[in-house]
Amino acid sequence: MQGLANPARFMRLSKVVQPWLALASVLLIGVGLYFALFGSPADYQQGQTVRIMYVHVPSAWLGMVGYTTMALASAVGLIWKHPLADLVAKAAAPIGASFTFLCLATGSLWGKPMWGTWWAWDARLTSMLILLFLYLGYMALQSAFDDPGRGARAAAILALAGFINVPIIKFSVDWWKTLHQPASLMKMSGPTLPPSMLTPLLLMVAGFTCFFVVVLLLRVRAEIIASKIRAIRLTQIHGSHESPLADRLAG
Amino acid sequence: MNRLFEIVRRDLRLALRQGSDSVMVVTFFVLTVILFPFGIGPEANILERVSPGVLWVTALLASMLSLDRLFQADYEDGSLELLALTPTALEVLVIGKVIAHWLTTGLPLMIAAPVLAVLLHMNGDGFVALLVTMLLGTPTLSLVGAMGAALVLGARRGGVLLSLLVLPLYIPVLIFGVGAIDAVVQGLESGAQLLVLGGILLAALPLAPLAAAAALRQALE
Repeated sequence: MQGLANPARFMRLSKVVQPWLALASVLLIGVGLYFALFGSPADYQQGQTVRIMYVHVPSAWLGMVGYTTMALASAVGLIWKHPLADLVAKAAAPIGASFTFLCLATGSLWGKPMWGTWWAWDARLTSMLILLFLYLGYMALQSAFDDPGRGARAAAILALAGFINVPIIKFSVDWWKTLHQPASLMKMSGPTLPPSMLTPLLLMVAGFTCFFVVVLLLRVRAEIIASKIRAIRLTQIHGSHESPLADRLAG
Repeated sequence: MNRLFEIVRRDLRLALRQGSDSVMVVTFFVLTVILFPFGIGPEANILERVSPGVLWVTALLASMLSLDRLFQADYEDGSLELLALTPTALEVLVIGKVIAHWLTTGLPLMIAAPVLAVLLHMNGDGFVALLVTMLLGTPTLSLVGAMGAALVLGARRGGVLLSLLVLPLYIPVLIFGVGAIDAVVQGLESGAQLLVLGGILLAALPLAPLAAAAALRQALE
């Protein structure tokens, strides 16, 4: 981890890892989608709509993973003042927010045929919605300062404060018995899904996670390159300002 | 401890002399609550049903009104930097400011709430619960709000941004505050909700000043 913290080394390593992860995510999502759409049985109660699960569950997972990544990176950035951690936190926010939105949207589409309503004020739905607003607040705060370093630090404190919500989402269905079904994947007693459904779901979760990491690396790399360009531009402007003046003084 | 009271006294004196925000906060609270009978209709049973929620939501919004001035004025005229230079820990400064904020907004809101509850035909059993939940809940609002106010110091559009940051964090207080009153009105036990409210307050009491002080530190860098 310490070695990765060097931006130059990170650039080199991420360049090697990225295409492989991209390939893995395409393969996993491809195979997972085949099993999810054709190779798995329809649910005996829910019928074909159960297939929404194969997008809904990975999105929910990554919505929370995104925030956890953001909070961890924020903590590292605050404690060790490492610029790469700030960039990771900044890069993770929009991805996590997109997955959270995808989770809410697919959940809504699933809820209409199953619960008969697009939206219910259920504990898990509500806490997921709060998570989306925490992401939006984070992104707004981060871009509200003229000094990007200042924005990163302020947003990092907010990310840590909002992190309280993540365990609440995870356990909300166990604490409050509401409309949303309880966890069926990550349980102490093992998953309760039949293998024919579990396999495509795990494939999709793995594929989505690879995709998340690929986009995260892409965004961090873009941020590093952008900051390099900014530095080059600044020296250029500095140079071009200086030279005419120097010429005039010399002439 | 003495320094803490000094800060509270200073802020209260400033609030008194500068024509305090509390009058405006309470006026906003009263006016917004009065809007609901116009919007929903004057039927007593409907108003009675929504009264805990209306009172809590408007109290939440009203307590946010004076938040952006919590550190902003001191930040702009430089006295925040002077306060940070004193041997007093920034955390103590934040706690002092939070106490002053609660005394000038949370407490007046608490006093105004029962009167408005009468206007909304709230069930008589709910009054004590309303006061207890506000007593436990409004300090949390001030604590979490202080963190938000410290975070947006020096930001563009700080006031609007503040509401975006703080409102999602206020939601648990709202849920359990309204839940406790609803339980009492329906003749149920409200102990669990009150315990959760108290627990949130106890968790926010050390954590929010820490976060706010960290935010102040990086704002003053």
